[in-house]
Amino acid sequence: MKDMNPDDISGEYREHTLNYHDDAQRKVLTTEIETPLPDGRLIVSRTDLNGIITDVNQSFVEMSAYQKKELIGMPHYILRHPDMPAAAFQGLWETIQNREKWHGYVKNLRKDGGFYWVYATVIANVRNDEIVGFTSVRRKPSRTKVAEAEALYQTL
Amino acid sequence: MTHNFSVSPDFNPSHISGWYIFNTWLQRTINEEIHLELYNDFESQRKAIADDQLDLIYANPYDAALLVRDKGFTPIARPNNKSDEAIIAVNKESSIINIEDLTDGTRISSTDDPDVRMMCMIMLEPAGLDKTNTTLSQRDAYVLVAKDLLKNEADVGFFLEETYNDLSEITLKQLRPLVQSQIHVIHHLLLAGPKLAVKRDEIQASLLSMPNNEKGQGVLKSLNFEGWSAVDQEETEFMIDLMDTLTE
Repeated sequence: MKDMNPDDISGEYREHTLNYHDDAQRKVLTTEIETPLPDGRLIVSRTDLNGIITDVNQSFVEMSAYQKKELIGMPHYILRHPDMPAAAFQGLWETIQNREKWHGYVKNLRKDGGFYWVYATVIANVRNDEIVGFTSVRRKPSRTKVAEAEALYQTL
Repeated sequence: MTHNFSVSPDFNPSHISGWYIFNTWLQRTINEEIHLELYNDFESQRKAIADDQLDLIYANPYDAALLVRDKGFTPIARPNNKSDEAIIAVNKESSIINIEDLTDGTRISSTDDPDVRMMCMIMLEPAGLDKTNTTLSQRDAYVLVAKDLLKNEADVGFFLEETYNDLSEITLKQLRPLVQSQIHVIHHLLLAGPKLAVKRDEIQASLLSMPNNEKGQGVLKSLNFEGWSAVDQEETEFMIDLMDTLTE
């Protein structure tokens, strides 16, 4: 995956290097600009067994600031914000592999370096008793829950 | 052999005759005897599903999981341009402007429509509200939910968008939508049970061709549908997965 491009960033930014679980590395650029998820929207995406995005809805496109064609075929961690500690995702893989729902409060990174908070749920797509992919649905969390998650993630 | 057909109890009361007209059209089209049974509430209809009494159902998305995954129903079609969207409304004079203005103890008025209730409870989450810090009054019809708002006996009312827009003009003038869902991928759908599976493709083809003939057009008009779109198994499975992520 390509490093983030300073030309895409709105305003002042900080630079970070993220290391992902598959040994990939990426330079990401972050700003302090938050884009709240509008009321009434759900962000929906589907991935294959390796976490590669196979489909996204329009809310996903709008909130991520990427175009749909830039997202399909990319690892879902394209949204990973450096403020999200790896420990916050601990148990995600085991939970969904066990065909159970995973929930968590997540700070996502936009293409323009900004961020948005969501309450995410991920489940396995089971067909003929086999897991064929995963669906993730994200919705708007309360500010209280976001504040709690921010405080917790700083300690992890 | 007579097959049993039922319609999700959240249908618009003004379309009752439309469903009878549809049933008559369908019987003639596929040359099968079909009895239309309309239930007043979801509980009665779920009992009929559990007892394997239904062979064809225009189902609420909330019930699709049970029908497809446990009862062997197969999806046939869904109405064009009719996704299930929900509205949370308030009395027009309410001081509540945004969802986040709502506080603990918020009084909710709702019908027993499961997908609308689920979507609306999700839309209350940004205010930190859930079933533990709200009170819910269940009403038999959306018009009674509106009445609760007009009489200030509820702070917010949950509505199916289509039903909200069908409220009388006088009622609508006294209400204000607070938030409206924009989910797009949750919808009612027509499903065939195992005993009608052999007729599934024939029913689907007949539904899709309805806008192309005068009789079909008349039936669609009585249901206020533009037409039908084919629905395949995977599209339905995806909707069920999505509903699954939203339920507790």
